Amino acid sequence: MVPEVPVPGVPATIHLTLDGRELTARAGQSVGAALTEAGIRSWRRTRHGGRPRGLFCGIGICYDCLITADGVPNLRACLLPASDGMQLTSTGSELTPTTDGGVA
Amino acid sequence: MSVQRSGVAKQPAYDVAVVGGGPAGLAATAAAARLGRRVVLIDAGAQLGGQYWRHANVSSAGPHDHVGHRDWEVFEALNERIRRHRQTGAAVHVAATQVWFIEPPGSDAGEPDWTLHLAPTCGAPDDRMPRTVRADRLILCPGCYDRQLPIPGWDLPGVMAAGGVQALLKGQRTLAGKRAVVAGTGPFLLPVAEQLARNGARVVAVCEASRIGNWGRHLPTVARTPSKFAEAASYGWSLARARVPYRTGTVVMRIEADSSGEQVGAVKLGRLGSDGRLRESSESLDVDLVALGWGFTPALELVSAAGAETRVDVDQSLVAVVDEEQQSTVAGLYIAGEATGVGGAQLALAEGELAGIAAADATHLERSRVRALRREIRRLRAFAVAMQRSHPVPPRWSEWLTPETLVCRCEEVAYAQVSEATSDLAATDARTLKLLTRCGMGWCQGHVCGFATATLAAAGQARQLNAEDLRPLAKQFPCAPIRLGSLLEH
Repeated sequence: MVPEVPVPGVPATIHLTLDGRELTARAGQSVGAALTEAGIRSWRRTRHGGRPRGLFCGIGICYDCLITADGVPNLRACLLPASDGMQLTSTGSELTPTTDGGVA
Repeated sequence: MSVQRSGVAKQPAYDVAVVGGGPAGLAATAAAARLGRRVVLIDAGAQLGGQYWRHANVSSAGPHDHVGHRDWEVFEALNERIRRHRQTGAAVHVAATQVWFIEPPGSDAGEPDWTLHLAPTCGAPDDRMPRTVRADRLILCPGCYDRQLPIPGWDLPGVMAAGGVQALLKGQRTLAGKRAVVAGTGPFLLPVAEQLARNGARVVAVCEASRIGNWGRHLPTVARTPSKFAEAASYGWSLARARVPYRTGTVVMRIEADSSGEQVGAVKLGRLGSDGRLRESSESLDVDLVALGWGFTPALELVSAAGAETRVDVDQSLVAVVDEEQQSTVAGLYIAGEATGVGGAQLALAEGELAGIAAADATHLERSRVRALRREIRRLRAFAVAMQRSHPVPPRWSEWLTPETLVCRCEEVAYAQVSEATSDLAATDARTLKLLTRCGMGWCQGHVCGFATATLAAAGQARQLNAEDLRPLAKQFPCAPIRLGSLLEH
Protein backbone atom coordinates (compact mmCIF):
# COMPACT_ATOMS: atom_id res chain seq x y z
CA MET A 1 0.00 0.00 0.00
CA VAL A 2 1.06 3.63 0.21
CA PRO A 3 4.43 3.86 1.97
CA GLU A 4 4.27 5.23 5.47
CA VAL A 5 5.82 8.56 6.26
CA PRO A 6 6.97 9.02 9.85
CA VAL A 7 5.40 12.04 11.52
CA PRO A 8 7.17 13.56 14.52
CA GLY A 9 5.28 13.03 17.75
CA VAL A 10 2.94 10.39 16.37
CA PRO A 11 3.83 6.74 16.99
CA ALA A 12 4.15 5.05 13.61
CA THR A 13 2.60 1.90 15.03
CA ILE A 14 -0.23 1.61 17.51
CA HIS A 15 -0.55 -1.58 19.58
CA LEU A 16 -3.95 -2.87 20.58
CA THR A 17 -5.60 -6.21 21.34
CA LEU A 18 -8.71 -8.13 20.36
CA ASP A 19 -9.66 -10.67 23.03
CA GLY A 20 -6.02 -10.62 24.10
CA ARG A 21 -4.62 -11.17 20.60
CA GLU A 22 -2.12 -8.46 19.69
CA LEU A 23 -2.81 -6.24 16.71
CA THR A 24 -1.15 -3.22 15.21
CA ALA A 25 -2.57 -0.16 13.49
CA ARG A 26 -1.08 2.85 11.79
CA ALA A 27 -1.60 6.22 13.42
CA GLY A 28 -4.98 7.61 12.42
CA GLN A 29 -6.45 4.25 11.41
CA SER A 30 -9.84 3.03 12.55
CA VAL A 31 -10.33 -0.11 14.60
CA GLY A 32 -12.21 -1.61 11.64
CA ALA A 33 -9.26 -1.02 9.32
CA ALA A 34 -6.79 -2.48 11.83
CA LEU A 35 -8.91 -5.63 12.23
CA THR A 36 -9.29 -5.95 8.45
CA GLU A 37 -5.53 -5.68 7.92
CA ALA A 38 -5.02 -8.38 10.56
CA GLY A 39 -7.26 -10.62 8.44
CA ILE A 40 -10.08 -10.56 11.00
CA ARG A 41 -13.45 -10.21 9.31
CA SER A 42 -15.97 -10.55 12.09
CA TRP A 43 -16.05 -9.72 15.78
CA ARG A 44 -19.69 -9.98 16.66
CA ARG A 45 -22.49 -12.54 16.44
CA THR A 46 -26.13 -11.73 15.87
CA ARG A 47 -28.67 -12.24 18.64
CA HIS A 48 -30.96 -14.71 16.91
CA GLY A 49 -29.01 -16.62 14.30
CA GLY A 50 -25.55 -16.27 15.85
CA ARG A 51 -24.34 -15.05 12.46
CA PRO A 52 -20.86 -13.54 12.18
CA ARG A 53 -20.71 -9.80 11.50
CA GLY A 54 -17.97 -7.31 10.73
CA LEU A 55 -17.66 -4.33 8.38
CA PHE A 56 -20.47 -3.80 5.91
CA CYS A 57 -21.22 -0.16 5.09
CA GLY A 58 -17.84 1.04 6.37
CA ILE A 59 -19.11 4.58 6.98
CA GLY A 60 -21.12 4.44 10.21
CA ILE A 61 -24.56 3.74 8.78
CA CYS A 62 -25.25 0.02 9.29
CA TYR A 63 -24.01 -0.79 12.82
CA ASP A 64 -22.96 -4.28 11.75
CA CYS A 65 -19.42 -3.65 13.02
CA LEU A 66 -20.27 -2.90 16.65
CA ILE A 67 -17.44 -3.73 19.04
CA THR A 68 -16.55 -3.29 22.70
CA ALA A 69 -13.48 -1.12 23.30
CA ASP A 70 -11.96 -0.72 26.79
CA GLY A 71 -15.23 -1.96 28.25
CA VAL A 72 -17.46 0.46 26.33
CA PRO A 73 -19.91 -1.63 24.28
CA ASN A 74 -21.59 -0.96 20.93
CA LEU A 75 -19.02 1.29 19.29
CA ARG A 76 -18.82 1.42 15.50
CA ALA A 77 -15.46 -0.12 14.59
CA CYS A 78 -15.49 1.62 11.21
CA LEU A 79 -15.48 5.05 12.87
CA LEU A 80 -13.60 4.35 16.09
CA PRO A 81 -9.97 5.55 15.94
CA ALA A 82 -7.48 2.91 17.08
CA SER A 83 -5.47 4.02 20.09
CA ASP A 84 -2.38 2.67 21.76
CA GLY A 85 -3.19 0.07 24.45
CA MET A 86 -6.84 -0.21 23.42
CA GLN A 87 -8.44 -3.49 24.48
CA LEU A 88 -11.10 -4.71 22.09
CA THR A 89 -13.57 -7.45 22.94
CA SER A 90 -15.60 -9.41 20.44
CA THR A 91 -19.16 -10.24 21.35
CA GLY A 92 -20.84 -13.58 20.88
CA SER A 93 -19.14 -16.91 20.80
CA GLU A 94 -15.86 -18.11 19.34
CA LEU A 95 -13.42 -16.17 17.22
CA THR A 96 -13.56 -16.31 13.48
CA PRO A 97 -11.23 -17.61 10.78
CA THR A 98 -8.85 -15.25 9.07
CA THR A 99 -8.69 -14.53 5.36
CA ASP A 100 -5.47 -16.49 5.02
CA GLY A 101 -7.13 -19.67 6.26
CA GLY A 102 -5.83 -19.60 9.83
CA VAL A 103 -7.92 -19.18 12.92
CA ALA A 104 -7.66 -16.03 14.93
CA MET B 1 -18.70 14.26 33.44
CA SER B 2 -20.36 17.51 34.30
CA VAL B 3 -24.05 17.70 33.62
CA GLN B 4 -24.94 20.65 31.49
CA ARG B 5 -28.53 21.58 30.80
CA SER B 6 -29.19 21.47 27.11
CA GLY B 7 -30.97 24.29 25.38
CA VAL B 8 -28.90 26.74 27.40
CA ALA B 9 -29.59 30.27 26.23
CA LYS B 10 -25.97 31.20 27.04
CA GLN B 11 -24.80 29.44 23.89
CA PRO B 12 -24.23 32.10 21.23
CA ALA B 13 -26.59 31.93 18.29
CA TYR B 14 -25.03 31.72 14.86
CA ASP B 15 -26.44 33.27 11.73
CA VAL B 16 -26.18 30.00 9.86
CA ALA B 17 -25.67 26.38 10.93
CA VAL B 18 -24.46 23.94 8.29
CA VAL B 19 -24.74 20.20 8.92
CA GLY B 20 -22.39 18.04 6.86
CA GLY B 21 -18.80 18.66 5.76
CA GLY B 22 -18.89 17.15 2.28
CA PRO B 23 -18.87 19.15 -0.97
CA ALA B 24 -22.29 20.80 -0.39
CA GLY B 25 -21.63 21.68 3.25
CA LEU B 26 -18.17 23.06 2.54
CA ALA B 27 -19.44 25.22 -0.32
CA ALA B 28 -22.37 26.46 1.81
CA THR B 29 -20.10 27.32 4.73
CA ALA B 30 -17.58 29.16 2.57
CA ALA B 31 -20.32 31.13 0.77
CA ALA B 32 -22.21 32.22 3.90
CA ALA B 33 -18.98 33.15 5.73
CA ARG B 34 -17.73 35.12 2.70
CA LEU B 35 -20.97 37.12 2.84
CA GLY B 36 -20.29 38.14 6.42
CA ARG B 37 -22.42 35.62 8.25
CA ARG B 38 -21.27 33.78 11.39
CA VAL B 39 -21.40 30.12 10.46
CA VAL B 40 -21.12 26.93 12.48
CA LEU B 41 -20.27 23.79 10.50
CA ILE B 42 -21.16 20.53 12.22
CA ASP B 43 -19.68 17.39 10.70
CA ALA B 44 -19.78 13.74 11.72
CA GLY B 45 -16.30 13.18 10.32
CA ALA B 46 -13.10 13.73 12.24
CA GLN B 47 -11.85 15.52 9.11
CA LEU B 48 -13.75 17.62 6.61
CA GLY B 49 -14.42 16.31 3.10
CA GLY B 50 -17.43 14.01 3.49
CA GLN B 51 -17.48 10.67 1.71
CA TYR B 52 -16.28 12.17 -1.58
CA TRP B 53 -13.08 13.68 -0.21
CA ARG B 54 -12.55 11.17 2.59
CA HIS B 55 -8.81 11.02 3.18
CA ALA B 56 -6.30 9.42 5.51
CA ASN B 57 -5.85 11.02 8.91
CA VAL B 58 -3.73 14.13 8.45
CA SER B 59 -1.59 13.27 11.48
CA SER B 60 -0.13 10.37 9.52
CA ALA B 61 -0.86 11.50 6.00
CA GLY B 62 1.40 10.26 3.27
CA PRO B 63 2.48 12.33 0.28
CA HIS B 64 0.16 10.37 -2.00
CA ASP B 65 -3.04 10.76 -0.03
CA HIS B 66 -4.72 12.77 -2.72
CA VAL B 67 -4.02 10.14 -5.40
CA GLY B 68 -7.30 8.84 -6.73
CA HIS B 69 -9.29 11.79 -5.42
CA ARG B 70 -11.26 13.70 -8.01
CA ASP B 71 -11.18 17.49 -7.75
CA TRP B 72 -8.75 17.36 -4.82
CA GLU B 73 -7.63 20.91 -5.59
CA VAL B 74 -11.26 22.08 -5.18
CA PHE B 75 -11.30 20.54 -1.70
CA GLU B 76 -7.98 22.11 -0.76
CA ALA B 77 -9.16 25.55 -1.90
CA LEU B 78 -12.45 25.28 0.03
CA ASN B 79 -10.68 23.93 3.09
CA GLU B 80 -8.24 26.83 2.97
CA ARG B 81 -11.05 29.39 2.67
CA ILE B 82 -12.86 27.87 5.63
CA ARG B 83 -9.62 27.75 7.63
CA ARG B 84 -9.22 31.53 7.09
CA HIS B 85 -12.83 32.14 8.12
CA ARG B 86 -12.19 30.11 11.26
CA GLN B 87 -9.17 32.27 12.07
CA THR B 88 -11.27 35.44 11.89
CA GLY B 89 -14.05 33.83 13.91
CA ALA B 90 -16.50 33.97 11.00
CA ALA B 91 -16.74 30.19 10.92
CA VAL B 92 -16.61 27.51 13.61
CA HIS B 93 -16.04 23.84 12.81
CA VAL B 94 -17.50 21.25 15.20
CA ALA B 95 -15.88 17.98 14.14
CA ALA B 96 -16.72 14.33 14.87
CA THR B 97 -20.20 15.38 15.96
CA GLN B 98 -23.66 14.29 14.89
CA VAL B 99 -26.98 16.07 15.25
CA TRP B 100 -29.42 13.77 17.04
CA PHE B 101 -32.36 16.12 17.38
CA ILE B 102 -33.56 19.32 15.68
CA GLU B 103 -35.93 21.83 17.28
CA PRO B 104 -37.41 24.20 14.69
CA PRO B 105 -37.78 27.87 15.58
CA GLY B 106 -40.59 28.57 18.01
CA SER B 107 -40.91 25.01 19.29
CA ASP B 108 -39.45 26.05 22.62
CA ALA B 109 -41.26 29.08 24.05
CA GLY B 110 -39.58 32.25 22.89
CA GLU B 111 -36.74 30.54 20.99
CA PRO B 112 -36.58 32.24 17.58
CA ASP B 113 -33.74 30.01 16.37
CA TRP B 114 -33.13 26.50 15.18
CA THR B 115 -31.71 24.44 18.02
CA LEU B 116 -29.50 21.49 17.14
CA HIS B 117 -28.74 18.87 19.77
CA LEU B 118 -25.32 17.33 19.35
CA ALA B 119 -23.67 14.04 20.22
CA PRO B 120 -20.16 12.81 19.48
CA THR B 121 -19.86 10.43 16.53
CA CYS B 122 -17.84 8.05 18.71
CA GLY B 123 -17.99 7.41 22.43
CA ALA B 124 -19.16 9.59 25.29
CA PRO B 125 -19.47 13.37 25.05
CA ASP B 126 -16.63 15.34 26.59
CA ASP B 127 -17.04 18.63 28.38
CA ARG B 128 -15.44 20.70 25.66
CA MET B 129 -18.02 19.97 23.03
CA PRO B 130 -21.19 22.05 22.84
CA ARG B 131 -24.34 20.04 23.58
CA THR B 132 -26.53 22.38 21.57
CA VAL B 133 -26.04 24.92 18.83
CA ARG B 134 -28.53 27.64 17.90
CA ALA B 135 -28.75 29.38 14.56
CA ASP B 136 -31.06 31.68 12.67
CA ARG B 137 -30.85 29.66 9.44
CA LEU B 138 -30.13 25.98 8.91
CA ILE B 139 -28.52 24.32 5.88
CA LEU B 140 -28.68 20.52 5.83
CA CYS B 141 -26.11 18.74 3.63
CA PRO B 142 -26.38 15.19 4.96
CA GLY B 143 -25.10 13.37 1.87
CA CYS B 144 -25.95 9.79 1.01
CA TYR B 145 -24.83 6.20 1.33
CA ASP B 146 -24.88 3.10 -0.87
CA ARG B 147 -28.33 1.77 -1.65
CA GLN B 148 -28.56 -1.95 -0.99
CA LEU B 149 -30.73 -4.80 -2.16
CA PRO B 150 -30.86 -8.05 -0.22
CA ILE B 151 -29.12 -10.97 -1.96
CA PRO B 152 -28.90 -14.52 -0.61
CA GLY B 153 -25.75 -14.61 1.54
CA TRP B 154 -25.25 -10.81 1.60
CA ASP B 155 -24.74 -10.80 5.35
CA LEU B 156 -21.58 -12.93 5.18
CA PRO B 157 -18.42 -11.15 6.32
CA GLY B 158 -16.47 -10.07 3.25
CA VAL B 159 -19.60 -8.66 1.60
CA MET B 160 -19.49 -4.89 1.86
CA ALA B 161 -21.07 -1.78 0.49
CA ALA B 162 -19.04 -0.52 -2.47
CA GLY B 163 -18.70 2.85 -0.73
CA GLY B 164 -17.37 1.14 2.38
CA VAL B 165 -14.71 -0.67 0.37
CA GLN B 166 -13.71 2.67 -1.12
CA ALA B 167 -13.81 4.40 2.29
CA LEU B 168 -11.32 1.83 3.63
CA LEU B 169 -8.98 2.63 0.74
CA LYS B 170 -9.38 6.41 0.77
CA GLY B 171 -9.56 6.91 4.52
CA GLN B 172 -7.45 4.08 5.90
CA ARG B 173 -5.25 2.81 3.05
CA THR B 174 -6.71 -0.61 3.80
CA LEU B 175 -7.59 -3.21 1.19
CA ALA B 176 -10.76 -5.07 2.20
CA GLY B 177 -9.93 -8.23 0.23
CA LYS B 178 -7.58 -9.78 -2.32
CA ARG B 179 -9.97 -11.16 -4.90
CA ALA B 180 -13.03 -9.03 -5.48
CA VAL B 181 -16.21 -8.76 -7.46
CA VAL B 182 -17.86 -5.33 -7.68
CA ALA B 183 -21.58 -5.57 -8.41
CA GLY B 184 -24.80 -3.61 -8.60
CA THR B 185 -25.53 -0.70 -10.90
CA GLY B 186 -24.27 2.78 -11.65
CA PRO B 187 -21.06 4.56 -12.65
CA PHE B 188 -19.80 4.46 -9.05
CA LEU B 189 -18.87 0.79 -9.49
CA LEU B 190 -16.09 1.91 -11.85
CA PRO B 191 -13.95 3.98 -9.45
CA VAL B 192 -14.37 1.36 -6.72
CA ALA B 193 -13.11 -1.39 -9.06
CA GLU B 194 -10.36 0.86 -10.36
CA GLN B 195 -9.13 1.76 -6.86
CA LEU B 196 -9.21 -1.88 -5.74
CA ALA B 197 -7.16 -2.91 -8.78
CA ARG B 198 -4.71 -0.04 -8.40
CA ASN B 199 -4.09 -1.01 -4.77
CA GLY B 200 -3.31 -4.61 -5.60
CA ALA B 201 -6.60 -6.51 -5.44
CA ARG B 202 -7.55 -8.85 -8.26
CA VAL B 203 -10.94 -7.64 -9.47
CA VAL B 204 -12.44 -10.70 -11.18
CA ALA B 205 -15.45 -8.80 -12.55
CA VAL B 206 -17.54 -5.68 -12.42
CA CYS B 207 -21.16 -6.88 -12.69
CA GLU B 208 -23.35 -4.04 -13.96
CA ALA B 209 -27.03 -4.95 -13.95
CA SER B 210 -27.91 -2.30 -16.54
CA ARG B 211 -26.96 -2.17 -20.19
CA ILE B 212 -24.76 0.55 -21.62
CA GLY B 213 -27.28 0.93 -24.46
CA ASN B 214 -29.55 2.64 -21.90
CA TRP B 215 -27.37 5.72 -22.29
CA GLY B 216 -28.24 5.95 -26.00
CA ARG B 217 -31.34 8.02 -25.33
CA HIS B 218 -29.35 10.52 -23.30
CA LEU B 219 -26.47 11.35 -25.64
CA PRO B 220 -27.37 15.06 -25.99
CA THR B 221 -27.27 15.40 -22.19
CA VAL B 222 -23.95 13.58 -21.99
CA ALA B 223 -22.59 15.91 -24.67
CA ARG B 224 -23.38 18.86 -22.38
CA THR B 225 -21.40 17.30 -19.52
CA PRO B 226 -18.12 16.30 -21.20
CA SER B 227 -16.25 16.11 -17.86
CA LYS B 228 -18.51 13.23 -16.76
CA PHE B 229 -17.88 11.40 -19.99
CA ALA B 230 -14.13 11.90 -19.64
CA GLU B 231 -14.26 10.60 -16.08
CA ALA B 232 -16.09 7.41 -17.09
CA ALA B 233 -13.70 6.93 -20.00
CA SER B 234 -10.63 7.23 -17.77
CA TYR B 235 -11.99 4.57 -15.40
CA GLY B 236 -12.89 2.36 -18.34
CA TRP B 237 -9.37 2.69 -19.68
CA SER B 238 -7.81 1.88 -16.28
CA LEU B 239 -10.02 -1.18 -15.86
CA ALA B 240 -9.24 -2.41 -19.38
CA ARG B 241 -5.52 -2.04 -18.64
CA ALA B 242 -5.95 -3.99 -15.38
CA ARG B 243 -7.87 -6.63 -17.40
CA VAL B 244 -11.00 -6.26 -15.29
CA PRO B 245 -14.02 -7.65 -17.16
CA TYR B 246 -16.96 -5.21 -17.22
CA ARG B 247 -20.10 -7.31 -17.62
CA THR B 248 -23.40 -5.63 -18.28
CA GLY B 249 -26.84 -7.16 -17.79
CA THR B 250 -25.19 -9.27 -15.11
CA VAL B 251 -25.95 -9.55 -11.40
CA VAL B 252 -24.60 -11.39 -8.38
CA MET B 253 -27.67 -13.45 -7.53
CA ARG B 254 -26.25 -15.58 -4.72
CA ILE B 255 -23.31 -15.23 -2.35
CA GLU B 256 -21.83 -18.38 -0.87
CA ALA B 257 -19.62 -18.98 2.16
CA ASP B 258 -16.15 -20.47 1.96
CA SER B 259 -15.38 -23.83 3.60
CA SER B 260 -15.32 -22.23 7.06
CA GLY B 261 -18.89 -21.06 6.63
CA GLU B 262 -17.83 -17.79 8.26
CA GLN B 263 -17.07 -15.56 5.30
CA VAL B 264 -17.68 -15.16 1.59
CA GLY B 265 -16.05 -17.68 -0.75
CA ALA B 266 -17.87 -17.39 -4.07
CA VAL B 267 -20.66 -15.68 -5.97
CA LYS B 268 -23.17 -17.11 -8.45
CA LEU B 269 -23.95 -14.86 -11.39
CA GLY B 270 -27.27 -14.27 -13.08
CA ARG B 271 -28.19 -12.59 -16.35
CA LEU B 272 -30.99 -10.08 -16.75
CA GLY B 273 -32.87 -10.54 -20.00
CA SER B 274 -34.17 -7.60 -22.00
CA ASP B 275 -37.57 -8.40 -20.44
CA GLY B 276 -35.99 -7.82 -17.02
CA ARG B 277 -36.31 -11.47 -16.04
CA LEU B 278 -33.50 -13.14 -14.16
CA ARG B 279 -31.82 -16.20 -15.61
CA GLU B 280 -29.42 -18.17 -13.50
CA SER B 281 -26.07 -18.60 -15.17
CA SER B 282 -23.89 -21.61 -14.46
CA GLU B 283 -21.04 -19.27 -13.76
CA SER B 284 -19.55 -18.90 -10.34
CA LEU B 285 -16.59 -16.74 -9.28
CA ASP B 286 -14.29 -17.44 -6.34
CA VAL B 287 -13.85 -14.24 -4.34
CA ASP B 288 -13.04 -13.08 -0.82
CA LEU B 289 -14.65 -9.66 -1.27
CA VAL B 290 -18.00 -8.61 -2.71
CA ALA B 291 -18.57 -4.85 -3.10
CA LEU B 292 -22.24 -4.01 -3.65
CA GLY B 293 -23.98 -0.79 -4.64
CA TRP B 294 -27.27 0.01 -6.36
CA GLY B 295 -26.96 3.76 -6.59
CA PHE B 296 -27.33 5.82 -3.44
CA THR B 297 -29.84 6.61 -0.74
CA PRO B 298 -29.87 10.20 0.51
CA ALA B 299 -29.67 10.49 4.31
CA LEU B 300 -33.05 12.05 5.12
CA GLU B 301 -33.44 11.61 8.87
CA LEU B 302 -32.63 15.25 9.66
CA VAL B 303 -34.73 16.51 6.74
CA SER B 304 -37.67 14.46 8.05
CA ALA B 305 -37.08 15.55 11.64
CA ALA B 306 -37.13 19.21 10.55
CA GLY B 307 -40.53 18.65 8.95
CA ALA B 308 -39.51 19.39 5.35
CA GLU B 309 -41.57 17.98 2.48
CA THR B 310 -40.14 14.98 0.64
CA ARG B 311 -40.84 13.32 -2.72
CA VAL B 312 -39.77 10.29 -4.74
CA ASP B 313 -37.01 11.05 -7.23
CA VAL B 314 -36.33 9.46 -10.65
CA ASP B 315 -34.12 6.83 -9.00
CA GLN B 316 -36.92 5.94 -6.51
CA SER B 317 -35.03 7.56 -3.62
CA LEU B 318 -36.86 9.74 -1.16
CA VAL B 319 -35.46 13.29 -1.51
CA ALA B 320 -36.16 16.74 -0.09
CA VAL B 321 -38.32 19.23 -1.98
CA VAL B 322 -36.46 22.53 -2.50
CA ASP B 323 -37.14 25.73 -4.40
CA GLU B 324 -34.88 27.79 -6.70
CA GLU B 325 -32.91 28.98 -3.67
CA GLN B 326 -32.46 25.51 -2.16
CA GLN B 327 -35.01 26.43 0.51
CA SER B 328 -37.16 23.55 1.71
CA THR B 329 -40.88 23.77 2.43
CA VAL B 330 -39.91 24.93 5.94
CA ALA B 331 -38.94 28.63 6.08
CA GLY B 332 -35.30 29.16 7.02
CA LEU B 333 -34.33 25.56 6.26
CA TYR B 334 -32.11 25.05 3.21
CA ILE B 335 -31.05 21.68 1.82
CA ALA B 336 -28.21 21.00 -0.61
CA GLY B 337 -26.37 18.07 -2.12
CA GLU B 338 -27.52 14.47 -2.44
CA ALA B 339 -30.50 14.99 -0.11
CA THR B 340 -32.24 16.95 -2.88
CA GLY B 341 -31.56 14.17 -5.42
CA VAL B 342 -28.46 12.06 -6.01
CA GLY B 343 -26.26 13.88 -8.51
CA GLY B 344 -22.61 13.82 -7.49
CA ALA B 345 -20.09 16.20 -6.01
CA GLN B 346 -20.08 18.90 -8.70
CA LEU B 347 -23.84 19.34 -8.37
CA ALA B 348 -23.54 19.31 -4.58
CA LEU B 349 -20.91 22.08 -4.74
CA ALA B 350 -23.21 24.30 -6.82
CA GLU B 351 -26.25 23.63 -4.64
CA GLY B 352 -24.25 24.19 -1.47
CA GLU B 353 -22.92 27.55 -2.65
CA LEU B 354 -26.40 28.66 -3.71
CA ALA B 355 -27.83 27.57 -0.34
CA GLY B 356 -25.07 29.50 1.44
CA ILE B 357 -25.82 32.66 -0.56
CA ALA B 358 -29.58 32.28 -0.02
CA ALA B 359 -29.27 31.58 3.71
CA ALA B 360 -27.14 34.73 3.95
CA ASP B 361 -30.04 36.68 2.34
CA ALA B 362 -27.68 37.72 -0.45
CA THR B 363 -29.21 36.41 -3.67
CA HIS B 364 -30.05 40.01 -4.72
CA LEU B 365 -26.42 41.05 -4.14
CA GLU B 366 -24.97 38.13 -6.07
CA ARG B 367 -27.24 38.06 -9.09
CA SER B 368 -24.73 36.95 -11.71
CA ARG B 369 -23.21 34.27 -9.46
CA VAL B 370 -26.69 32.98 -8.60
CA ARG B 371 -27.59 32.84 -12.31
CA ALA B 372 -24.39 30.92 -13.09
CA LEU B 373 -25.03 28.48 -10.24
CA ARG B 374 -28.60 27.84 -11.37
CA ARG B 375 -27.37 27.13 -14.91
CA GLU B 376 -24.77 24.72 -13.53
CA ILE B 377 -27.40 23.02 -11.34
CA ARG B 378 -29.78 22.57 -14.31
CA ARG B 379 -27.02 21.12 -16.50
CA LEU B 380 -25.75 18.69 -13.86
CA ARG B 381 -29.25 17.73 -12.73
CA ALA B 382 -30.08 16.76 -16.32
CA PHE B 383 -27.01 14.52 -16.34
CA ALA B 384 -28.01 13.01 -12.99
CA VAL B 385 -31.47 12.18 -14.34
CA ALA B 386 -29.92 10.54 -17.42
CA MET B 387 -27.63 8.55 -15.13
CA GLN B 388 -30.49 7.42 -12.92
CA ARG B 389 -32.65 6.42 -15.90
CA SER B 390 -29.73 4.47 -17.40
CA HIS B 391 -28.95 2.60 -14.17
CA PRO B 392 -32.27 1.66 -12.56
CA VAL B 393 -32.63 -0.89 -9.80
CA PRO B 394 -33.67 -4.07 -11.67
CA PRO B 395 -37.46 -4.03 -11.34
CA ARG B 396 -37.63 -7.77 -10.70
CA TRP B 397 -34.77 -7.95 -8.19
CA SER B 398 -36.89 -9.86 -5.68
CA GLU B 399 -36.73 -12.89 -8.01
CA TRP B 400 -33.27 -13.69 -6.67
CA LEU B 401 -34.42 -13.84 -3.05
CA THR B 402 -34.88 -17.18 -1.30
CA PRO B 403 -37.23 -17.62 1.69
CA GLU B 404 -34.19 -17.61 3.99
CA THR B 405 -32.58 -14.43 2.57
CA LEU B 406 -32.35 -11.77 5.26
CA VAL B 407 -34.11 -8.57 4.22
CA CYS B 408 -33.33 -6.76 7.49
CA ARG B 409 -29.81 -7.55 8.67
CA CYS B 410 -30.20 -5.97 12.12
CA GLU B 411 -33.38 -7.76 13.20
CA GLU B 412 -32.62 -10.84 11.06
CA VAL B 413 -35.95 -10.75 9.24
CA ALA B 414 -36.06 -13.29 6.42
CA TYR B 415 -37.86 -12.78 3.11
CA ALA B 416 -40.32 -15.54 4.10
CA GLN B 417 -41.49 -13.43 7.05
CA VAL B 418 -41.85 -10.36 4.83
CA SER B 419 -43.85 -12.37 2.26
CA GLU B 420 -46.10 -13.75 4.97
CA ALA B 421 -46.73 -10.27 6.33
CA THR B 422 -47.59 -8.80 2.94
CA SER B 423 -49.74 -11.73 1.76
CA ASP B 424 -51.40 -13.22 4.87
CA LEU B 425 -51.16 -10.55 7.54
CA ALA B 426 -52.44 -7.63 5.48
CA ALA B 427 -49.32 -5.49 5.72
CA THR B 428 -50.53 -3.26 2.92
CA ASP B 429 -48.07 -0.45 3.61
CA ALA B 430 -44.46 -0.11 4.71
CA ARG B 431 -45.35 1.18 8.17
CA THR B 432 -47.43 -1.92 8.96
CA LEU B 433 -44.82 -4.18 7.39
CA LYS B 434 -42.19 -2.59 9.61
CA LEU B 435 -44.30 -3.05 12.75
CA LEU B 436 -45.26 -6.64 11.96
CA THR B 437 -41.83 -7.90 10.92
CA ARG B 438 -39.45 -5.46 12.68
CA CYS B 439 -37.83 -4.74 9.29
CA GLY B 440 -36.03 -1.42 9.70
CA MET B 441 -36.44 -1.33 13.49
CA GLY B 442 -32.96 -2.46 14.49
CA TRP B 443 -29.69 -0.65 15.04
CA CYS B 444 -29.51 0.89 11.56
CA GLN B 445 -33.13 2.08 11.70
CA GLY B 446 -33.84 1.09 8.11
CA HIS B 447 -30.81 2.77 6.56
CA VAL B 448 -29.80 -0.50 4.92
CA CYS B 449 -33.10 -2.36 4.34
CA GLY B 450 -35.39 0.68 4.02
CA PHE B 451 -35.54 0.77 0.23
CA ALA B 452 -36.04 -3.01 -0.04
CA THR B 453 -38.69 -3.06 2.68
CA ALA B 454 -40.61 -0.18 1.11
CA THR B 455 -40.36 -1.77 -2.35
CA LEU B 456 -41.56 -5.16 -1.09
CA ALA B 457 -44.51 -3.49 0.68
CA ALA B 458 -45.53 -1.80 -2.57
CA ALA B 459 -44.96 -4.98 -4.60
CA GLY B 460 -47.19 -6.89 -2.17
CA GLN B 461 -50.01 -4.59 -3.29
CA ALA B 462 -48.95 -4.80 -6.95
CA ARG B 463 -48.46 -1.05 -7.09
CA GLN B 464 -45.63 1.40 -7.75
CA LEU B 465 -43.38 2.53 -4.91
CA ASN B 466 -44.52 5.89 -3.53
CA ALA B 467 -43.34 8.44 -1.00
CA GLU B 468 -45.63 7.02 1.70
CA ASP B 469 -43.78 3.71 1.42
CA LEU B 470 -40.39 5.36 1.87
CA ARG B 471 -41.20 8.00 4.50
CA PRO B 472 -41.66 5.74 7.55
CA LEU B 473 -38.26 4.20 6.83
CA ALA B 474 -36.52 7.58 6.55
CA LYS B 475 -37.72 8.88 9.92
CA GLN B 476 -35.65 8.22 12.97
CA PHE B 477 -35.59 9.34 16.54
CA PRO B 478 -33.01 10.03 17.71
CA CYS B 479 -31.46 10.99 14.37
CA ALA B 480 -28.06 9.69 15.52
CA PRO B 481 -27.12 7.28 18.32
CA ILE B 482 -26.82 8.87 21.74
CA ARG B 483 -26.03 7.56 25.19
CA LEU B 484 -28.94 7.26 27.59
CA GLY B 485 -27.20 9.77 29.84
CA SER B 486 -27.52 12.44 27.16
CA LEU B 487 -31.27 11.83 26.93
CA LEU B 488 -31.60 12.00 30.70
CA GLU B 489 -29.82 15.34 30.80
CA HIS B 490 -32.39 16.61 28.43
